[in-house]
Amino acid sequence: MGLETSVPVMNNPENFPDPEVRLYEKRKAVHPQRIDGKFRRLKWVIMALTLAVYYITPWIRWDRGPYAPNQAVLVDLANRRFYMFGIEIWPHEFYYVAGLLVMAGIGLFLLTSAVGRAWCGYACPQTVWTDVFQHVDRFVDGDRNARMRLDKAPWTAHKTVRRLFKWSIYLFIAFWTGGAWIMYFADAPTLVVDFWTGQAAPVAYASVAILTATTFIFGGFMREQVCIYMCPWPRIQTAMMDENSLTVTYKDWRGEPRGSLKKAEAHPGSFGDCVDCNQCVAVCPTGIDIREGPQIGCITCALCIDACDRVMAQVGRPRGLIDYATLEDSELEMAGKPHSPIRKTLFRPRTILYTSIWCAIGLAMLFALGNRTRIDISANHDRNPVYVQLADGHVRNSYTVNLRNMENRPREMIIGMTALEGGVIWSNEGSREGAGQRLTTTVSADSVARLRVYVAAPGTGPEREDFALTVTAADDPEARDIDEVFFERPETD
Amino acid sequence: MSEKKRVDEPTGTETVGHEWDGIEELDTPMPRWWVWTFYATIIWAIGYVILYPAIPLVNSATEGVFGWSSRGDYAMQVAAREKELEPIRQALVSTDIRKLNGSPELLQQAIEGGRSAFKVHCVQCHGSGAAGSAGYPNLNDDDWLWGGDLEAIEYTLIHGIRNPDHDNTRFSQMPAFGRDGILQPGQIADLVSFVRTLSGKEKSSAAAGRGAGLFAENCAVCHGPDGKGSRDLGAPNLTDAISLYGLDRASLTNTITNSRYGVMPRWGQRLDPATIRMLAAYVHSLGGGETLPALEDVSEDTLDQVGDGARNIGTGNEQS
Ligand code: SF4
Ligand code: SF4
Repeated sequence: MGLETSVPVMNNPENFPDPEVRLYEKRKAVHPQRIDGKFRRLKWVIMALTLAVYYITPWIRWDRGPYAPNQAVLVDLANRRFYMFGIEIWPHEFYYVAGLLVMAGIGLFLLTSAVGRAWCGYACPQTVWTDVFQHVDRFVDGDRNARMRLDKAPWTAHKTVRRLFKWSIYLFIAFWTGGAWIMYFADAPTLVVDFWTGQAAPVAYASVAILTATTFIFGGFMREQVCIYMCPWPRIQTAMMDENSLTVTYKDWRGEPRGSLKKAEAHPGSFGDCVDCNQCVAVCPTGIDIREGPQIGCITCALCIDACDRVMAQVGRPRGLIDYATLEDSELEMAGKPHSPIRKTLFRPRTILYTSIWCAIGLAMLFALGNRTRIDISANHDRNPVYVQLADGHVRNSYTVNLRNMENRPREMIIGMTALEGGVIWSNEGSREGAGQRLTTTVSADSVARLRVYVAAPGTGPEREDFALTVTAADDPEARDIDEVFFERPETD
Repeated sequence: MSEKKRVDEPTGTETVGHEWDGIEELDTPMPRWWVWTFYATIIWAIGYVILYPAIPLVNSATEGVFGWSSRGDYAMQVAAREKELEPIRQALVSTDIRKLNGSPELLQQAIEGGRSAFKVHCVQCHGSGAAGSAGYPNLNDDDWLWGGDLEAIEYTLIHGIRNPDHDNTRFSQMPAFGRDGILQPGQIADLVSFVRTLSGKEKSSAAAGRGAGLFAENCAVCHGPDGKGSRDLGAPNLTDAISLYGLDRASLTNTITNSRYGVMPRWGQRLDPATIRMLAAYVHSLGGGETLPALEDVSEDTLDQVGDGARNIGTGNEQS
């Protein structure tokens, strides 16, 4: 990055005792200090919102009539259905889900190119849950200094009891995290009762156990290490950001050389704004020093901005020594020029392109959703045998036909056929006697009916003839679908 | 490359020494828990080697404490499945085959079971699609030598065809008219012409006219005066479009000269009654199955009881 830093090197290689230790490194525990400020408050709001969405969504009811579940958002794996309010997705329509995922991806690209790692800083579950667990630490063991003391203290009975108490709170939160997850996969009120009475499916217990364990470990102990070592997203984001993306920046041209208030008083004019109070380091949930420049460990939670702003207010210097800034603005500011207008930062070709791709996919999906038929036929010609010679000289072909009724009511459907000279159609539910050009069958609500459909036609004719099988809803001639098939005959000698 | 290793100023970390277009990689130390997970996988592997077959020996491998094997696993799964299916088999055997149509669900289960059993026992002759080949009947069509309703099919399956050591087997034998000197080659040629006119393969001719007389004398006993055959004797209908051994002159001449003697094993000896019933249901479901004659006689009431399935079964195409 083009940002020139005059920051002194913090970790000299000489500080590493021996090469062994440099291969593997023990985690340095992070004990972020409590802080208040506008970004911390924003984080509270977003935490409340995301947790509310997570916990409340499965409990929203949505009336779908007697044949379908009444849960607004439900991933019904057993019956292979995905419900989202008024939308019901069948497995063969999975591209809608793929579309949603693509939109989510592009949305993240857009977010990142405009406001940097905002996802990491505010909305990522890892961030939200780590935040929750860090508040538990604070609640049980006190703030930064108390926690650091306790960490160093020997394992007395007092410490053990406290740790056990804290870990049981971790476990409790972790359990409720895993417990809420399974509500998305079955009718929530029923599942809760089943779960506690031991009647839920084994996979429900297994899911809760696994998610409890991962939440406990990732939120309670791994924390920032998930972001630094495990998550691919920071690596991708680095590629998404450019000189116009907002990111948390320490304005070293303003802050350096840093010096305490006392030094500054002693030598007026020779120190920058940074009073070297280390507050920004103390509050950082990933335990890094933003003054070393932009780095992968920074999730841009902006808590150091809050911390620094407070200090600046106390010492009577302008806020924003650490602030959200784009690389371009930083350079402008360094050169003493005004920032480029925020409008220009947010609306540039890149963000506009992402936005339009995002909207285009969304609109295309909405359009497709509005136009999709809820009735569907797919016919497969039997290959073994390809045709059957009948006693009266006719030839019979068989088709495996799937009729989909994607509405929440049983529907009568008419299977018909297009132009096949002298052809008649019947199914395993009927017989050739009295067979005509169409047959009627009832498909139960929200399900697929599989029929074996027979078509017989005179034995003389082309060896292969194309025609189509159609399905029409008996109650609505507009609801129809067609599938092209063919009719095979023996070679004529 | 190692000579390019250097310490990165801002982070104080050594680089690995690779450089791509000015981009270098820092040699950041691994987190220590990473090593622990590595040790954990080693411990896991040791446990695995002890519990499961792992170390290859000359003819086999170490057995492992669990004594697990994929064959054993398979046998267990099969046994478990058999147990699951037992009630269906019971129900199938205890249901009158004439009433099987009345329980559509059981019938469907029988058909699916038959589909599997067919692939094991029947495909060798009848083919995987049950379409047969010359000499082996196509079971998909609507032409049956010995009868095509559920009961008749089951009977054929149990007792087989032409098992001379078995009393109830389906049995008949066509004379070898040529080989045994009953008819002369010229007569056989005439007979061939006549038989071919029955199914419209040949136009009537003087030869066919002569053959008609021979037919009445020698063949009508079994095949009927009009050549429509007889199911009691397994004598094929010679007037329809389907033939087991072929209606071309050469095949027909061969059939009349040397006769044919198609055999089917009697499965009653080899398979359990439930499997046979399943096979019957499957064969019947292939598209040419016929309605049980007895059911056509019963009153409407019974039909209603038995359900719609009974009326719909088969193609009922005997007349054509
Ligand atoms: S680095 Fe990954 S896990 Fe961490 S906050 Fe960002 S997205 Fe979430
Ligand atoms: S450096 Fe600042 S913005 Fe980055 S993670 Fe730490 S506190 Fe958050």
